[in-house]
Amino acid sequence: MRLGGFLLLLSGWGIVVAALLLLHGGALSAFILAGLAVEILGLALVAKSHVAVSEDNG
Amino acid sequence: MTAGTTESTSLLCLAFILLVPFAIAGLALINTGLGRSRSAAHAMTSSLCVVSVAVLVYFAIGFAIQGPHGSPSHALQLGRKSFDWIGTDGFFFRGVRFDGSMPSLVVLLGLFSTGLTSLIPLGAAAERWRLGAACTSTLLTAGWTLPLFAHWAWNGWLIQLSANAGLGSGFIDAGGSGVIQVTGGLTALSLAWQLGPRRGKYSSNSMPAAIPAHNEVFVLFGCMLAWIGWLGLNSAGAILYAGLPAETPVLAVSNTTLSATASALTAAGMTRVRFRKPDASLIANGWMAGLVASSAGCAALKPATAILTGLIAGALVILAIEFLEFTLKVDDPCGSISVHAIAGIWGLLAVGIFTGVQGQFVAQLVGVATLLGFVLPMTYGLNWVLGSFISHRVSPEGERQGMDLHELGADAYPEFVVHTDEFTQR
Repeated sequence: MRLGGFLLLLSGWGIVVAALLLLHGGALSAFILAGLAVEILGLALVAKSHVAVSEDNG
Repeated sequence: MTAGTTESTSLLCLAFILLVPFAIAGLALINTGLGRSRSAAHAMTSSLCVVSVAVLVYFAIGFAIQGPHGSPSHALQLGRKSFDWIGTDGFFFRGVRFDGSMPSLVVLLGLFSTGLTSLIPLGAAAERWRLGAACTSTLLTAGWTLPLFAHWAWNGWLIQLSANAGLGSGFIDAGGSGVIQVTGGLTALSLAWQLGPRRGKYSSNSMPAAIPAHNEVFVLFGCMLAWIGWLGLNSAGAILYAGLPAETPVLAVSNTTLSATASALTAAGMTRVRFRKPDASLIANGWMAGLVASSAGCAALKPATAILTGLIAGALVILAIEFLEFTLKVDDPCGSISVHAIAGIWGLLAVGIFTGVQGQFVAQLVGVATLLGFVLPMTYGLNWVLGSFISHRVSPEGERQGMDLHELGADAYPEFVVHTDEFTQR
């Protein structure tokens, strides 16, 4: 889950960078928002994987 | 600009830069005061050591990676667009002329801001992070993570978003909400995750124990010192990194103060409503969050929007501290992640929302996406690799004994030895 989360974080950033290279105008903004949404999903996964570890330690 | 004007601007800028160490001193006091007395000397010693490491590493390689404005750098040429991504020159300050010129002032501000960034993870990893591991981790932060993002934000492709993608004025981060604060805050988050909570912080049913600050006076006095430091940091950043005219600091100083005061009062009000009495530690966190959030747009926001930025930062930091502690089970003794990462991100977004320039919000989003999608995995990965060579965390016995005795061999307050486990859940 943690590795998947980090991959999503990097993929989201990849979408943002690709959008900057290839798009402009409204499409650019939409893809940047989409990339950020993927990153937030990745961040949630990473955070959830660490909650599980903390509860194990508790 | 005449020679006389340039000289007076340089002197003014130098005066602002010389205030920045107050921010370092303030943050060190806050980190020390918010921890337990058994680790107080360790917190202050760690602060001095990591600042020393950060400054020396910045001298050796960090400055070259960051690269001063207008210096040679590597750029990726994609189509007709140029994406400047890393500096190439200036290892060991080679070629820098210490003549009071603007590039030499960038060196000085870079030294201090690297020191400030290096202190942020200490707050989140307090009372369980070994001194040697903290110094080694700082090597990576000050030598690679921070300078690379600093280059992108202040000289490289992020600030060029205006020319390359038509996004507002490019990524705006004059005082370093993103470069200094969020980078430090995300490193703090990575370390808090990897270290895990302090012994006794969570009970067997995952409820967090309150571990009170050992010296609120340190914390609140640290806030006052940090205020002075931030006035210098934001004003010097506005001149050197945002390239704004010499009269701009008047606005930067005003916005910094308005944001911090609004944020502290919001935190005071929220804690008064929620806990019946204002909470000193959380008010201090609110104050710091206001300073952090003010940095990005210190010279771009109007005073009224700076107040609004502070109001939201104050509320956000209280909610974020609770969310991290209760829901995500992240043990952050000093609230560093909420204050520096979350309030910093809010500061970056506030510039996009309140300046009203078309495309500015999207430019700020690109910066935030880079911090979350690139800087966080990188700093986590670097510290994870480091952790496979040396242990980040002190032994359970050392943690029980206290970091002062275990790592330094002497207490901060030897005449008040009480080492019980009074705040450990059983």
